[in-house]
Amino acid sequence: MANILVYALHYDGAINKNSLGAVSEGAKLAAELGGEAHAILLGENVPQELAASLGKYGAKKVLVAEGPEGLAQPLVDAMAKAITDGGYSYALFGGGLLGFEIGAGLAARLGAGVAMEVTAVRAEGGELVAERPILGDSAISEIKYRSDVGIIIGRLNAFELGDASGADAPVEQLSFELSAQAQQATMVTRGEQRGADVDIEGADILIAGGRGLGKAEGFQLAEDLAGAFGGNSAVAATRAVVDAGWYPYAAQIGQTGKTVAPKLYLAAGISGAIQHKVGMQASENIVAINKDANAPIFEFSDLGIIGDLNKILPKLTEAVKAKKGS
Amino acid sequence: MKICVLVKEVPDAAVEKRIDPSTGRMDRSGEKNLNPYDTHAIEAAMQIKEGGAVPVEEIVAVTMGPDSAVRALHKAVSLGADRSVHLSDPVVAGSDVAATGYALAKTLQRENPDLVLLGQQSDDGECYTIGAVVAEHLSMPSLTQVIKMDVEGGVGSGSLRCERQAEYGYDTVQIKLPAVISVGDAINEPRYPSLKAIMGAKKKPLDTVTAGDVEIDASKVGGDNSAAQWVAAKSPPAKAAGEIIEDEDTGETVEKIVAWLDERKLI
Repeated sequence: MANILVYALHYDGAINKNSLGAVSEGAKLAAELGGEAHAILLGENVPQELAASLGKYGAKKVLVAEGPEGLAQPLVDAMAKAITDGGYSYALFGGGLLGFEIGAGLAARLGAGVAMEVTAVRAEGGELVAERPILGDSAISEIKYRSDVGIIIGRLNAFELGDASGADAPVEQLSFELSAQAQQATMVTRGEQRGADVDIEGADILIAGGRGLGKAEGFQLAEDLAGAFGGNSAVAATRAVVDAGWYPYAAQIGQTGKTVAPKLYLAAGISGAIQHKVGMQASENIVAINKDANAPIFEFSDLGIIGDLNKILPKLTEAVKAKKGS
Repeated sequence: MKICVLVKEVPDAAVEKRIDPSTGRMDRSGEKNLNPYDTHAIEAAMQIKEGGAVPVEEIVAVTMGPDSAVRALHKAVSLGADRSVHLSDPVVAGSDVAATGYALAKTLQRENPDLVLLGQQSDDGECYTIGAVVAEHLSMPSLTQVIKMDVEGGVGSGSLRCERQAEYGYDTVQIKLPAVISVGDAINEPRYPSLKAIMGAKKKPLDTVTAGDVEIDASKVGGDNSAAQWVAAKSPPAKAAGEIIEDEDTGETVEKIVAWLDERKLI
């Protein structure tokens, strides 16, 4: 019997979509291994119904631990306790910053093997094999575990959400002790929104800007182009420029941002790091403009233009306007 | 306060990275450089030192790797580290993330730092996780991808007020020292080393240590003892290469883009 423990991130009364995908994936894999998938949530007064609802995605049991939310180390403590007591063979995480931190801490605590950025997992001969793309996704490595516990940290959007056809799962309280290190960190504020609240998820055409725009004012070029397309178009941004304060957080694509799949994704001055790619690779048409011919984005764009944004974008805006007017 | 900065040598981004088919491990030969993400960690250490909120006695660059890793340490020293420590031992070669984190933690333990800083990821393995592994072994609190960090209070009672972006927006977290912090690249703009600093880097103290020197349990490190085992490497499904236009005449380039978009009914 090989049971799988799946971490479920929750915030503001809802479970994270990537975590739901991980629960679905865990249930599927556990069935192939002849075991069960259980989920674990940690927080202050986690609603019973929220925990039980993970049963719909295939969790046979849900553990709820009481502790400070939004930090990794309390979860390392709780999951290590659950795994030691419950004899789980694998711990599974959907894509997400906390999952990376918890999974890594757990690997150190348990002496377990860990694979991160995993895009696929399969059961083979009674054990799990994780696939992880490496070297800018130019190769895929396969990883097995020699340890009693294997830790699998998925890439953002790697695990598909199954149909929510199951029944509610029984919920059990997990008691555990916070480690010394977990008591040294305190959440002051969580989930602060910075910048205007913009909607990019419904747009058919996204003009996305990165560091190549040079400065906050550079986003005017992207906004002008989006304006020329008109209709259902919007401007999006990379994490680097959002962190730099050039554009609102609500417009951010990728890891810790939004996942989008518009008809047209035009990336202006975006290098195309994996963390960005995971949030937009499902777009129907990807056009990239970048002055660096070696930018990874050219490896997954349908049309790539090597050149200077400041020259190309204004002319493209005029040309799109002219075309629309004709 | 003593700050240790973890650094790593990585293949130069201009050199194509590859997997050695015989071992399934990354081929780390070829041109090397200091992981660009690590320069932000060194800069963060320098800004704490120069900020004056708390006296910093020493900034120590620490790495694990083959002989060539010394170049990454020289670069780190040219950017401001006072000295460096190189864990160099064939026994640690091929370690996975968990084993590497353990070996680095043992190396750091000897230095007894108040703060360990590192970059958010390495340019080659793209693991964001080494900080959390190191922190666990040192029983220190940790946070990754920090983009703003203020030191408050003195040594012994000191803490860090850190900001970072997580799944639901920006979080502010108060962390007591000693701690392990991985910094995001938005935290600062690393300085360029002066010619004098580059020339002087080789004269700064460099301590080369073996696994035995820092009491690493050899049964926990190296490729054969790593719990995550790379069993195979394969190629991803081939994707048709996109069309590429090199912009020479912008008017012409824009015409081509518009035609391409028009063909797909995107305008």
